[in-house]
Amino acid sequence: MTDMRTAFIDTATALLDEDPRTALVLADISVSQFAQVGHRYPDRVLNVGIREQMMIGVAGGLALTGLRPIAHSYATFLVDRAYEQIKLDLDHQGVGAVLVSIGASYDGSAEGRTHQSPGDVALFDSLGDGWTVRVPGHADEVAALLRTAATTDDPIYLRLSEQGNAVAYPDASRLRVLRRGGTDAPVVVAVGPMLDPTLAATEGMDVTVAYTHTPRPFDTRGLRALANTDVVLVEPYLAGTSSAVVSRALADLPHRLLALGVGQTDLRRYGDPADHARWHGLDADGLRRSISAFLGSVGG
Amino acid sequence: MTTTLTTDSTARLPGLIRRLTGDEKHAPSAHSTIDVLQVLYDRVLRVTPDTADDPERDRFLLSKGHGPAAYYAVLAAHGFIPDAWLDDLAGPESRLGHHPDRLLVPGVEIGSGSLGHGLGLAVGTALGLRAQGLHKPRVYVLLGDAELDEGSNHEAIAYAGATGLDSLTAVVIDNASASYGWAGGIASRFTVNGWTADTVDGRDHEALYAALTGHRPRHPHLVVARTESKG
Repeated sequence: MTDMRTAFIDTATALLDEDPRTALVLADISVSQFAQVGHRYPDRVLNVGIREQMMIGVAGGLALTGLRPIAHSYATFLVDRAYEQIKLDLDHQGVGAVLVSIGASYDGSAEGRTHQSPGDVALFDSLGDGWTVRVPGHADEVAALLRTAATTDDPIYLRLSEQGNAVAYPDASRLRVLRRGGTDAPVVVAVGPMLDPTLAATEGMDVTVAYTHTPRPFDTRGLRALANTDVVLVEPYLAGTSSAVVSRALADLPHRLLALGVGQTDLRRYGDPADHARWHGLDADGLRRSISAFLGSVGG
Repeated sequence: MTTTLTTDSTARLPGLIRRLTGDEKHAPSAHSTIDVLQVLYDRVLRVTPDTADDPERDRFLLSKGHGPAAYYAVLAAHGFIPDAWLDDLAGPESRLGHHPDRLLVPGVEIGSGSLGHGLGLAVGTALGLRAQGLHKPRVYVLLGDAELDEGSNHEAIAYAGATGLDSLTAVVIDNASASYGWAGGIASRFTVNGWTADTVDGRDHEALYAALTGHRPRHPHLVVARTESKG
């Protein structure tokens, strides 16, 4: 099966062939995979070396001239390190770009904290409401998301991961119900790669499970249509990242919210991604414990 | 070198700057950037209010966004903005702030203020023009010597030099305001990376004109414009 990174590389290569507005900015990551297309379009495939601040500055400059830049690196270098460039060289200039990251929260489990970015989506929230954030849960969701992004001039963040689900749901910009509970059932929203562990964790529970690969803009209308009293968020980045969005969406409705995701603390442990999922309570067993405790804690 | 004055804003600038600052005592030369800006807009840049959105225009990016009074005055002198805008600098309804915003001010190519952003944007602009076959426009970016403290500049200096980005001219106003100075000189940081460089008296308009048009093929160009020390 193709992984998300390969799906991105294949689709970005096709876009460079098809659309002379497409430009790719790299900072030494994935350079060899783009070498061939780079020979065809040396002016639109730009490797700036290990210079992430300038990678975003260059993306901003390209966009100012009317091109559609795609910038790509590990999330921690692309977003965390170049945060002020994203704020000023893109947003403040009134231009957009497609930022495509790999590494996610703990794909780089063995590399340690330096290669992990659980806070990236929260950083985009801090910039305001302009960014569309896509968190695909399967490689087969990537191509359509990138192609859609390339046709606009909007600021779009595409967060790729080595973690993923067994089945692709390309049509999940809005909440897509994958398991329907009873009339008053709690709703559990799984974002991107958290779908499979969420489905496993809620097996046998009377809950509605909805999936999305697009946490921003969050499908607040869809949530209101599904939500009863209890809402559970399961996100593959910092726990609580979408709490404020959900609270605003449900402000006039009595509700309880459990927001699950990656913990705030640097664990200072290596291991593999499955270990980190377990340590953060994001494996099926951990999710089941948290969700059961939350739902079982309702008075009466 | 024979030069043709396209415009001469000399007579208008003192009054325009006074409207901005309300300062009757200081001459325009109190503004370190005034002479470079005047030479650029009077004689070098191929951009007018009518071509401010033309893909073929030259770009001027003010990276050093601090103290933009001289910039606003030059933009007014050349008709990019109405003179009346100068009377309410940073007021609640003003389009002119202490740092310029490209979405608010016609003719302003980038919003700036936080130091170390203009050179990267300028490199991207030059690359974007080249990728679209727009080989005539030149990209000028103005920085301060203290601004070079920001490491982001050095990412761009090394990259632009290594790739021979010859549509780019950086202008560094050197009023010796960097806390630790630049031992060995500012120009050497650029030339060691493959830039050509001219260091000139930042008040001498003929020398500035020669330097600002002194770029050579296959190399980005640097102009160091020395002005009086701030201190």
